[in-house]
Amino acid sequence: MVAASTNSLNWKTTAGRYPFVPALAILIILLALNGVAEPNSLSFQSVNGLFKTYMALMFLAVAQTFVVSAADVDLSLGAILSLVNVTVVTVMNMLGDMQFAILIACLSGVAVGLICGMINGFVVAGLHLQPIVATFATGVLFTGVALWVLPVAGMPVPSTFWRLYGGSVLGIPFIYYIFAILGLAMFMISRTRLIVQILSVGDNQQGAFQTGLSVTRIRITAYALCGVFSSFAALCITGDTASGDPLVGNAMTLYSIAAVVLGGTALSGGKASLLGSAIGALTIGTINSLVFFIGTPSEWQNLVQGSAVLVALVLGVYVSRKVEQ
Amino acid sequence: MIFALTKTQTSLRNRIKGVSINPLVVALCLIVGLLIVGELLSPGFASLQQILRLLIVASILGIVAAGQNLVILGGREGIDLSVGGVVSLSAIIAGNVMSGSDAGILPAILAVIVIGGFIGILNGVGVTFLGLPPLVMTLGMLGVLQGLLVVVRQGIPSGLAAPALSKFVSSSLLFGIPGIIWLWLLVGLLMALLLHRTVLGYRIYAIGANENAARMAGVPVRVVRISLFMFSGMFSAIAGMCILGYSGSSFANVGDQYMLASIIAVVLGGTPLAGGKGGYTGTMAGAVLLVVLQSILTTLNIDEAGRQIAFGGTLLLLMVFYGRGRSLRV
Repeated sequence: MVAASTNSLNWKTTAGRYPFVPALAILIILLALNGVAEPNSLSFQSVNGLFKTYMALMFLAVAQTFVVSAADVDLSLGAILSLVNVTVVTVMNMLGDMQFAILIACLSGVAVGLICGMINGFVVAGLHLQPIVATFATGVLFTGVALWVLPVAGMPVPSTFWRLYGGSVLGIPFIYYIFAILGLAMFMISRTRLIVQILSVGDNQQGAFQTGLSVTRIRITAYALCGVFSSFAALCITGDTASGDPLVGNAMTLYSIAAVVLGGTALSGGKASLLGSAIGALTIGTINSLVFFIGTPSEWQNLVQGSAVLVALVLGVYVSRKVEQ
Repeated sequence: MIFALTKTQTSLRNRIKGVSINPLVVALCLIVGLLIVGELLSPGFASLQQILRLLIVASILGIVAAGQNLVILGGREGIDLSVGGVVSLSAIIAGNVMSGSDAGILPAILAVIVIGGFIGILNGVGVTFLGLPPLVMTLGMLGVLQGLLVVVRQGIPSGLAAPALSKFVSSSLLFGIPGIIWLWLLVGLLMALLLHRTVLGYRIYAIGANENAARMAGVPVRVVRISLFMFSGMFSAIAGMCILGYSGSSFANVGDQYMLASIIAVVLGGTPLAGGKGGYTGTMAGAVLLVVLQSILTTLNIDEAGRQIAFGGTLLLLMVFYGRGRSLRV
């Protein structure tokens, strides 16, 4: 009896300290189910493919986590992703297929992401607009600019770029270097004073303000970080699809929120896990591949995927609530 | 002396705040202003025929926004992202049930309202009993509905509006005004009665303003909140029927555009997303405003990119006008 209660306490402390644990458990179960349904799905090749396809969503989920930590939300990051995608592709095509040109294109893409994020931050925190509607409006704006930069999808990306993204360096697929950089970035950012400030703004905005924190500046910084990470996601999408598409990111916004919630981050702010969000994005990816591997008829796939994501969301939130009690 | 002075200043400031912001008045002025601008840009924009056409489009959005309005009023970050999915689904189901015959209208209405209400109840149960934030629950539901749409449609465009339904939506019913606009006015009347003349209405405002206080006062918070989501599903289902009547047959994801548009109509109408205050009259004006704005942008001879930029920019401008939250410096 005593042992059992200590056990459950331990479990709760672990999950409370590491909010990503439930998401990791769900991910491992899903991977195991994938392995049972189709042993090939756990091969090196397939896992590479999973990472290659869902790396963009991982970055996007991490991006969303920054603003959600401050109890805000960004419905425009799909549009930011599209805008950066078309910007990068257009700049690459203007400058030609050289390594130097590609670097400039990527940097200009990140700059665009940063500017978009700062616009969001200014609109939400500076003008005191409600995040959901304000970032929807800026999202429409960004989509418009993306359509202006590239009216129709299909401009190709120089082969150097997508060969690098899909290729290997020193025998290790390039995608794992990106994954390592993402991991390192998350580790370093989670140790900064800034993230603590963002979380305290999310936990209690009035309190943070009265403590002397510059709430407006911190929220704008969170949006700016979100914009930058969305632009990284756009670089991944550009490498994966090898083309420019002004509407490529729109459907990904809502998935990024689902990934954040799956990762154990509270939408009410003040409690977040960057790693959890990345795991949440992979969870969505494995759900999609599992639905495929168990041989669901094609017209039923979306329904099964949607239901599975909903069940995972319910489970994730339920576990976090149990932990808090 | 000093104390008295401070007091006067405060009350003066409050009075100015109270006067300057009345969303309904702002929205109505903007609608009239936009109509004038539209008439100047393209003569005939503000003709009676054209205004009726705009109102038909606005009434569909307005009916969706009625449900959205209720959910938002109920507070606790209430929001319903699944409305678009319900609209699309009910348009397809209604089209399949009636398949072009007037006799099928009544069964179709019953079917979609039951389905919409059921989806809403599921949302409400997820939010109240499972404790999911409304944004997450309805987002997950949207994913399920989008999958369900693919299954129901089976890849083939199907379903046909009954002639009587199309007539109800597009042509005059009474005094030259189409039936759907009457329906919208009826919805507006019912919403006003519900919110200001019934116990449920008072309870909605109560749980939106302070859920704990409402619970201690004996309000069955969960039941009220579930009913809000149920109403939202039903309103979206009715709107889906109307779209079917408007377009003649159901096509893919016709409801997608209503998800955020309905939220914006509510916000432009002066109901803050925090809930607990506001009402439906403002939302109706917000819906008309949104439709007039989109229509002007369509009239202007600019490409898709320019339209989107102008729409996003105007939305931001409108929100700065009167959608602003409170500043931290009290």
